[in-house]
Amino acid sequence: MSTTITIKNLTKRFGDVAAVNKVNLTVEPGSFLTLLGPSGCGKTTLLRCIAGLEDPNEGEIYIGDKLVFSSATGISLPPGQRDLGLVFQNYALWPHMKVDKNITFALEIQKMPKEQMQKRVKEALAEVQMEGYEDRYPREMSGGQQQRIALARMLAYRPKVFLMDEPLSNLDARLRMDMRTELKRLHHISGATTIYVTHDQVEALTMSTNIAVMKLGVIQQMASPDRVYHFPSNLFVADFIGNPKVNLLDGSVRGGNTVQVGDFEICMDTHSTSGNAVVAVRPEDIAVCTHPEPGAIEFTAYSVLPAGADSTIVARRGKTEIIVKVMGISRIKMDQKIWLKLDSDTLNLYDKESGNLVAA
Amino acid sequence: MASLETSMGESLSVRMLANSRRFIRWVTTPHVLLSLIMLVILYYMVVIPLYRMVNTTLTWQPRDIAISPGAVVGEFTLYHYVRMLTGALGQIYMYTPLRHSFTVAIGSTLLSLLIGGTLAWLVIRTDMPGRKVVNQLALIPYIMPSWTLAQAWLVFFKSTSFSGGTPGLFEFLAGQAPPSWLSYGPVPIIICSALHYYTFFFLFVSAALMSIDSSLEEAGDLMGASRWRILRKITLPLVVPAILSGFIMTFSKVLGTFGGPNILGSPVRYYVVATMIRGSMGVGDKADGFVLAIVLILFSVITIWINQKLIGTRKSYETIGGRGFMAQLSKLGKMKSVMFSAAIVFQILVIIVPLGLLIWSSLMLQDGNYNLSNLSLQHWIGERGTIYNHGEPGVLLNPKIYRTAWNSIRLSLWTGLFTALLGVLLGYAIVKGRGTRLSKLVEQLAYIPYVIPGIAFGAVYIAMFIKPLGPIPALYGTFALLVIVSVAKHIPYSSRSGVSAMMQVGRELEEAAAVSGANVWQRFSRIIFPLTSAGFVAGFLLTFITTMRELSLIILLVTPQTQVLASQTMFYIENGDGQMANVVILILISITLIGNFIIGRFRGGSLKKGLGM
Repeated sequence: MSTTITIKNLTKRFGDVAAVNKVNLTVEPGSFLTLLGPSGCGKTTLLRCIAGLEDPNEGEIYIGDKLVFSSATGISLPPGQRDLGLVFQNYALWPHMKVDKNITFALEIQKMPKEQMQKRVKEALAEVQMEGYEDRYPREMSGGQQQRIALARMLAYRPKVFLMDEPLSNLDARLRMDMRTELKRLHHISGATTIYVTHDQVEALTMSTNIAVMKLGVIQQMASPDRVYHFPSNLFVADFIGNPKVNLLDGSVRGGNTVQVGDFEICMDTHSTSGNAVVAVRPEDIAVCTHPEPGAIEFTAYSVLPAGADSTIVARRGKTEIIVKVMGISRIKMDQKIWLKLDSDTLNLYDKESGNLVAA
Repeated sequence: MASLETSMGESLSVRMLANSRRFIRWVTTPHVLLSLIMLVILYYMVVIPLYRMVNTTLTWQPRDIAISPGAVVGEFTLYHYVRMLTGALGQIYMYTPLRHSFTVAIGSTLLSLLIGGTLAWLVIRTDMPGRKVVNQLALIPYIMPSWTLAQAWLVFFKSTSFSGGTPGLFEFLAGQAPPSWLSYGPVPIIICSALHYYTFFFLFVSAALMSIDSSLEEAGDLMGASRWRILRKITLPLVVPAILSGFIMTFSKVLGTFGGPNILGSPVRYYVVATMIRGSMGVGDKADGFVLAIVLILFSVITIWINQKLIGTRKSYETIGGRGFMAQLSKLGKMKSVMFSAAIVFQILVIIVPLGLLIWSSLMLQDGNYNLSNLSLQHWIGERGTIYNHGEPGVLLNPKIYRTAWNSIRLSLWTGLFTALLGVLLGYAIVKGRGTRLSKLVEQLAYIPYVIPGIAFGAVYIAMFIKPLGPIPALYGTFALLVIVSVAKHIPYSSRSGVSAMMQVGRELEEAAAVSGANVWQRFSRIIFPLTSAGFVAGFLLTFITTMRELSLIILLVTPQTQVLASQTMFYIENGDGQMANVVILILISITLIGNFIIGRFRGGSLKKGLGM
């Protein structure tokens, strides 16, 4: 029952600015695609174009087999005819309607029989664990509860596609964690094709089957969370994803699979590139030794930040700074000499000029 | 070749189809469609009337032929401008009234500022006792018709040395006629106008004072600034926009006011532009009247333009929002009770005393005879055919008055309804289209009636609907015309309150409904209207009240059949039946006070909202 979404060459301009710039995208049936990027990257605009709330300037959008937008033929179906549901950042519950009326609004428009509507309300509320809240007004509920009702409102009319626009960003940290669990579960059960917009990389990594990282209206990389995390296709993606941030070491490629960084060399497969390059290494992929070891590079522990489950160590050597993440509480003292060991399998090499991945 | 041509033809037709689809979709977008409809309405209600008026002044009119043989009706001429703006006629018709208008407008605006500003300060920033009561009573004079005070003034200061010949209460008590400058002319006009219009200053300044976060002042205090310095550097700059807004509003209102100057000025031939326009229109000199109206509009526009140059378009009548929390109130000390007494005495003088005078006057069988034996209900429930009031029966037995009252109520109901509806639609069109040129155009056109003084606006409408216009039949003399002119004059206020009501409704609420499959009608009827209903009701009730007591706007347009209570009072006064007029005024005040009471019952309804604050 789930649906493919295909987007071809989509452009949406506001004045001279292209908020979405020639985007091509296929969302596989039943997948959970996250549009991830900093604010102003065009992710929400793209979602609103799919929903039919904005008219793009160019391109085509298919939902299933249905052509819902085409600039060439001038077709643009209204949102209500695209068979999709949308959850807004600020919930957008109608404040003058009680919960049950909020949920049955779409069903009434479909002229669904009364008993069936009541059944749907019960089911939808059960799915978001809000049984018994039928008679509340939105203002009588907390933010988290309102967001659950907004979800139930979408679930009740069973659209083929779920669209979500930063649904968790107005919730506090604890609630956000709970809702992530629930949302992933809901997607798992319903199997509906989902497009989810967020600027929160943890949300993207934890929930998606696919992530599309956007910048200035252009999709930088679209891949599984695993690939986006481990093989970012360019420096922007590498830098945007990961906490603490990835270490980006400026250097230049020497012959024979070594990269000169500052006064030391890193050995890695350089795929016979040359010139200026950037080595990217995730903080958790670096081993810390307290004694010299073959292949390990000497650093000084500039600052040590234990945080319970893990510790962050900021290491320096000359002008080079590397952040390392180790499990547990680190026993390393500040200003202590340490030796960092890089695993060549975990290193990515980027061209300095284009920022693109050249070797992994 | 052939196939290439057909494929080119096909791609051309595909593109045309695509473009026409896009166009239809754009036009049928609710806010675009509404904007376009609003443009048509505004075009007919505002643009065409103005054009017609200017056009009339620049062409020969049928009645000019008698004086200027050889003139061809409809041909271009500057005759009316030359006639009205130069020579002795110019002095009589234009410059003297203009001087009078300015004297009156500036005088009453300054007096309004003094009264309104002082009251606002006392109510908001001091520890004066009874501030709540004073605050509520301060709005009553504005709720009463503007010429109530003028009429009450005459009851008191009328003198036998003038036209009417009957003595006022002053003359009766003092035994001698009051000085003429006190009975008629600029002084009483200024005082009576100010006592009505000070409400704008009161509202604007108190809103501004209330919105000044006392932490701003406390911050200054902590930094060691003196009290005077704080007042000058922090408080005053925050209140100045409010004062300027009040200035403009009062000034342009007084400029276009007809009632007071007609009652207190015309008997001594002290004419202002407003009464002069009526005079010219009355004798059929439409073009001359229009020249006066245009001059009045120009002055009003210039004043508002200067105001906006001074403080910026937005602030000019938007004033700072009223979030109220005051930590520090000025201590009045010993002056406390003095100030309170002064405020209360003032309010008694402008509310209770005038009403009392009107009631007494309405109960006197013979005007000017203050003996108790002269008390009678003749003017209220007297028989037909007596020597009083030209043989008309008392007001409560007078079928004409019932018809007139019904007209008033009908007019106010329709105007309130259409204005409120137009407000919601305009608000929707403007807010949804924010940032587009179309939306800006609608907003600007909707603002035009604001700059046209009341009586000039009425004049504009004579020009328009005296002959059929496109699909619209000749409307002069019809009741519909009164409704149209009243709705049109309210457009600036309704669009502003519509915009602020619509701002409260997040766009997601409508989008969520659209995604749920709701069509335009379902979105409006189930989401937009319910969410803006409080504003709708408030807008309706306020328009109801202001229309009920509106005189300047409709005085040129009423006919015996479409007479309303407000204009009826003026005709009684001009006919020498002042006591009948007072009865009618009292009825009118009762209706508006009841209306105001109902407003108070409604959540979110207040005079402030109606002024678009």
